[in-house]
Amino acid sequence: MPPELLRMIITAVLVVAFVFLNAMILGYMERKISAHIQRRPGLMEVGPHGVLQLIVDGLKLIGKQLVVPEGSSPFLFRLAPLLSFAPCVLPFVVIPFSRKLQAVSMDVGLIYILAMTSINVVAVLVAGWASNNKYSLFGTFRSVAQAVSYEIPMLLSLLAVIMMTSSFSLEGIIEAQKYYWFILIQPVAFIIYFVSGLAETNRAPFDLPEAESELTAGFHTEYSGMGFSFFFLAEYANMFTVCSIATILFLGGWKGIPLPFYDYSGIIWFLLKVYGLLFVMIWARWTYPRVRFDQLMTFCWKYLIPFSMANLLITAIMVKII
Amino acid sequence: METAKEQAAQYTLEPATDIPKSNHYYLNMGPQHPSTHGVLRVLLEMDGEYVIKAQPVLGYGHRMHEKMAEHKNWMAFMPNTGRMDYAAALPFNHGYAALFERLCNIEVPERAEYIRVITSELNRLVSHHLWLGAFLLDLGAFTPILYTFDDREQVLDILEDITGSRLTYCYFRVGGVCKDIDDKFVERTRAYIKRQRERFKVYNELVTGNIIFLKRVEGVGIISPEMARRYGATGPVVRGSGIAYDIRKAEPYSVYDRFDFEIPTGTTGDSLDRYLVRLEEMEQSLRIIEQALEQLPDGPYLGKVPKKLKLPTGDANFAVEAARGELSYYLVSGGGDMPYRLKIRVPSYSNLSLLPELAQGMLIADLVAAMGSLDLVIPEIDR
Amino acid sequence: MNVKTDLRAERGYFGELWFGAKSLLIGLKVTLKALFKPIVTVQYPREECDITPNYRGHVELVFNPETGGCDCIVCGMCARACPSDCITVKGEKKEGEKGKTLTLFSLDFTKCSLCGSCVETCPKSALTYSQDYNIAGFTREEFHYDLIERLKRRHQQPLAAAAGGN
Ligand code: SF4
Ligand code: SF4
Repeated sequence: MPPELLRMIITAVLVVAFVFLNAMILGYMERKISAHIQRRPGLMEVGPHGVLQLIVDGLKLIGKQLVVPEGSSPFLFRLAPLLSFAPCVLPFVVIPFSRKLQAVSMDVGLIYILAMTSINVVAVLVAGWASNNKYSLFGTFRSVAQAVSYEIPMLLSLLAVIMMTSSFSLEGIIEAQKYYWFILIQPVAFIIYFVSGLAETNRAPFDLPEAESELTAGFHTEYSGMGFSFFFLAEYANMFTVCSIATILFLGGWKGIPLPFYDYSGIIWFLLKVYGLLFVMIWARWTYPRVRFDQLMTFCWKYLIPFSMANLLITAIMVKII
Repeated sequence: METAKEQAAQYTLEPATDIPKSNHYYLNMGPQHPSTHGVLRVLLEMDGEYVIKAQPVLGYGHRMHEKMAEHKNWMAFMPNTGRMDYAAALPFNHGYAALFERLCNIEVPERAEYIRVITSELNRLVSHHLWLGAFLLDLGAFTPILYTFDDREQVLDILEDITGSRLTYCYFRVGGVCKDIDDKFVERTRAYIKRQRERFKVYNELVTGNIIFLKRVEGVGIISPEMARRYGATGPVVRGSGIAYDIRKAEPYSVYDRFDFEIPTGTTGDSLDRYLVRLEEMEQSLRIIEQALEQLPDGPYLGKVPKKLKLPTGDANFAVEAARGELSYYLVSGGGDMPYRLKIRVPSYSNLSLLPELAQGMLIADLVAAMGSLDLVIPEIDR
Repeated sequence: MNVKTDLRAERGYFGELWFGAKSLLIGLKVTLKALFKPIVTVQYPREECDITPNYRGHVELVFNPETGGCDCIVCGMCARACPSDCITVKGEKKEGEKGKTLTLFSLDFTKCSLCGSCVETCPKSALTYSQDYNIAGFTREEFHYDLIERLKRRHQQPLAAAAGGN
């Protein structure tokens, strides 16, 4: 077997395994953190402190039937979860977990990731459309409008960093942060990116597509079993991707205090930073109410976009001067 | 099977004209929906995310309480009163017991009146805790409901110790209450008042000052004083619109005239005002309880009541301020020990009837917020 | 009294941003504090709450240690007072005893509204409330309680202990 093919297979297996593992860790984190915020113990029953609960839940979801509602379009209905899940696995291929832990090194790694994460919108659109349910359709409309508008401030804020490094390659950006993290000189870009990231991944307070008090469950109202769990996995994988971009671009990626086998053990720093950001995401979700749809748009167009443009302009001038 | 459209035609008053019909569609919100809190069904005619018309459809939880009252003597109906408004059962108990006292001229010992006031106000706090949590849940915040339930649990423990139950109380009797309160109760209530005052700070930090919350409720669901009057709205809804109408002041019953408390009123009549009014009402309830505990007289807790109550021919009416507004019982008696007819006027019913007018032209997200701010309890509406 | 209106102030573009950011951070502070506070819930059924002695569960016959039975005189007042018709009392006249002896006291708990009329009307105070709140079952019949049976079961051990001890 040619070594390149072997490498691809190993990568694929590891990446998919990591996506599942990540969903389990995040699911556990979310439930435990929310529980303690609300001053209850949360998962306690399966395994010590309920650590095995997510495995049991996964088995339950696999065992469930995917009910295809009457009047829906069955092919699209079944396709949507896969369409949502597949593209969110792909970004993991180019993420540099550590200096030597990167499956594929790409010159345009950042663009590749951003392109892949955008496909999720299509999946949501298909899911909502195929469900033949008005609540699902509502969720879809909202999700598409939201994802499309928040992409703009997100890209603008990333552009500020790219201007400074003149590189789309993720390793290149990490290397450029040799002396300081970019969050120190680009705090505005970081905040804008993080907020748009919350919106892109449909996390509270921007979880309008699945606003359960209004739309019961939004675009995945009709999904059960594995169909639902694919959306669930995709959401968590997307969260991870968004936070790892933030880590790479603003928090120095795997850089930290050197450890033995630093080429590989940088992954510890990387994961610590990513899960730290994920903690903030979860923490915010269990604190805030949900914004209204028009407010979401107003916030994007009135605050995020002007600020990110101004930030970009200032960065451009600074780069020219220095 | 009727289609939703035919059903809608049946319930819609008149079709909206200014928007082309073909863009409209119908949406059933409820009877099983996360934010209709029970079995309320609202039929919505929508244009995109805008509500053109809303029509509440009632009756999913109807249990014929009024009819049942005609076949039961007062004691046998007493447990039913608690089941109408599960969130604040004691004011319902209170109105019903006081109705018979008025009709039959029964003296209630002073201590019993104080106990009634204290427990009713505690129950109002319980109800407002529940509302606060559920309202925030409607707005998408998950955590406040757990915090308010933590506080609610403290009151429920106190009430449980004295009434024996946690939710559907059957504690008041004609002529008093069925069990005396003791020093432990007084002590625990005092401790609770102190704790609750601390907790208001948490509510204010987490919710009241939150920009997202403010944006969601400010200017949403404005009920003008004129509109509130027209529909006979009462309770925090009418007070939120700026009308200081509270039975406890307007027509003081029991011993409410002996306490110094205020009626909070809003200025614009939007959801924020109703929210603030309820929060302030909780504080006022604490004040009433404090004063009542100070003044609590000694004496019997149950007056002299004939074993079998003979109702004189005639009618009587008694109104109390329940947690959601004016609750009034009207009884017509033709002698005997059972009423000929008992009419119950519940606050949520009038407050809900605002909804069709209120909802016109609203976003669906605002409808949820406005409905939450009305604080509807469906079993009370359906009875 | 008007509720406070300072929340409605016009804040302007940057004022709103400042106010909003501050309020969001305060919110995060509240939940972060709660994250490190102790848990307030009870892990039922692993732990159980102490139930107040005044708790009103279903009705139960009161044990009279002197007679080793209950005080019920089978007057039927409780059955008549019950608004939900859930009590059935039967008794029979026995030789050499005055009054009737209780032979059947059944409670249909599925219908009981826990109003307490029966307990309050009983002239001999032979009824009380149970403190048992862990009641669950698979059929309705499991909630048709035979209170005499329950009384016997409850007091078998205490009776033996009382006989052996003081
Ligand atoms: S508590 Fe009320 S409903 Fe229950 S058995 Fe006694 S009288 Fe009947
Ligand atoms: S009222 Fe008391 S004494 Fe009479 S039958 Fe019932 S339990 Fe027995």
